[in-house]
Amino acid sequence: MPLHRLRRLRDSGAAIAFLGPSLTGFLLFYLIPFGAVVYYSFIDTPIQGHFVGLDNYRLLWDSASFRKAFVNSLAFAGAGVPILFAFSLALALLLSGAMPLRRTFRTAFLLPLVVPVASIALVWQALFHWQGALNGLLASLGLTPVDWMNSRWSFAVMVIVYVWKNAGYNLVLFLAGLANVPAEQKEAAAIDGAGPWRRFWAITWPGLAPVSFFVVVMSVVASFKVFRETYLVAGAYPNDAIYTLQHFMNNSFQNLDYSKLTSAAVLLAIVIGAAVYVLFRAERLAREAEE
Amino acid sequence: MTAVARHAGIAVRLALLAALAALALFPIALTVTNSFMSEREISHHYGALQSSDSSGEDAADMPTERVSIRWVPEVATLKAFGDVLLNRPKFLTLFWNSVRLTAPIVLGQTAVGTLAAYAFAKLVFPGRDKLFFLYLLTMLMPFQVTLVPNYLVAKQLGMLHSYGAIIWPGVFAAFGVFLMRQFAAGIPNSYLEAARIDGAGHFRSFFHIVLPLVKPGMTALMLLAFADNWNMVEQPLLFLTEPFRQPLSVYLAQIVSGEQGVAFASSVLYMTPMVLLFLYGEEQLVEGIQRSGVKG
Repeated sequence: MPLHRLRRLRDSGAAIAFLGPSLTGFLLFYLIPFGAVVYYSFIDTPIQGHFVGLDNYRLLWDSASFRKAFVNSLAFAGAGVPILFAFSLALALLLSGAMPLRRTFRTAFLLPLVVPVASIALVWQALFHWQGALNGLLASLGLTPVDWMNSRWSFAVMVIVYVWKNAGYNLVLFLAGLANVPAEQKEAAAIDGAGPWRRFWAITWPGLAPVSFFVVVMSVVASFKVFRETYLVAGAYPNDAIYTLQHFMNNSFQNLDYSKLTSAAVLLAIVIGAAVYVLFRAERLAREAEE
Repeated sequence: MTAVARHAGIAVRLALLAALAALALFPIALTVTNSFMSEREISHHYGALQSSDSSGEDAADMPTERVSIRWVPEVATLKAFGDVLLNRPKFLTLFWNSVRLTAPIVLGQTAVGTLAAYAFAKLVFPGRDKLFFLYLLTMLMPFQVTLVPNYLVAKQLGMLHSYGAIIWPGVFAAFGVFLMRQFAAGIPNSYLEAARIDGAGHFRSFFHIVLPLVKPGMTALMLLAFADNWNMVEQPLLFLTEPFRQPLSVYLAQIVSGEQGVAFASSVLYMTPMVLLFLYGEEQLVEGIQRSGVKG
């Protein structure tokens, strides 16, 4: 037997040993049950159910609360991800180069990532409550107070919490990306008379492309996690504007509504999977265009 | 650019950064300073939050007083901390619940992830890249997708309403495998090649070469997994029914609105372990985040 085939065989044996625990758990706790979820989404009841085609999906889509949650979650990602992206990139550009206190600033922006939101929920409430500090400020300026948490404004408040929490993670990614942009190129362009704006678009931005891709993926994932913050700040029954898919799932869960739970999970998996696929494709195309 | 202009540019940037950092730290710093306030002072400043639930009543009854944010306590006291630790057994019970949920997930996910990372990064086997992509996809799925599968398995294995229903999916979360693979992929193949020529098998290579080199990755993963699970909300809300079995992350929000006198002190006690670990392992955490963004 040729040597490399022998090696592959030995490698495969070792792979089973090293991968074994993880793969067993992955199959048992994620992949197989997800298969079951797909199956349940096509039958009417879990016990002795009949195949009903796409009926569960039709029922799901007919439910006003699902549509509200679905649209809200998409709107949140649609608004939150670009804002978070721009904000973290601006932070990274401010911090790039030989800034004094660079590390201290980085620590400050990373802290919200590790501080549990539960522990500062009271501060958020104190700020945005109807009788909170922000309205106190507005009143003292002679402006009309706003019911932040019980109006469309709650959406904006949650975007702020989302940016506050996740900017540090993206900042670190962008700083690493900026460090890979060759400094000589920027200097050469500066000598050639290119202004900061041109230098950014011609040199820095293309160099950031791989990192940007990952920032977008992680920001989308984080935008679906914002339920935590929403729940802790606004409780189980928030304003309509921030009623997320997780609220919908919790409600369906309390009634053990299998047909809605399973079809919603499958639909969401398809949407996220498609988004990830598009992003991966876009990244590959961008990379090939450059080569 | 002249030296003066450059200095002015840096000064403007510093001022902007300082303002933004102050905003980022504002809620954390306020929580810390207010934890030293007396109960009387807290209810004086934050009492307006509690009267809110009377929205159905006559508008004339509503107190006009608003929340007033105060940075410095009139009298600094540790009374709130003593109160939480000595007079509220529930706080310590739930804190311990958080530890019992978080510690096995963090340790298990790191161990399982490190082993699997070696296979994905350094071994050749059929279907490797497709399988890894499946892990990646699972990692990117929000909790709303994995919740129902997790529930079905817990029911099947008879561990519904027990900690196992939360711990086991956490141990096998794909994120641990993904992050550790990024670190293991950074180890030059020549190191392993050299070890093999010296007659080392896969197990010796793993323990003597790979493990020491991915230690920063393990620290980073532990920190990220700790931060994520110390903060868990969705799983306990759905899988644990008894209030006394909940972790502090779920319950704290309720303490906060009910017993404001001790809310800040309990918050500080809750965030302290996480913040200390972060300051201890910040460099590794930063490296971990950077590696998560590297294609490899």
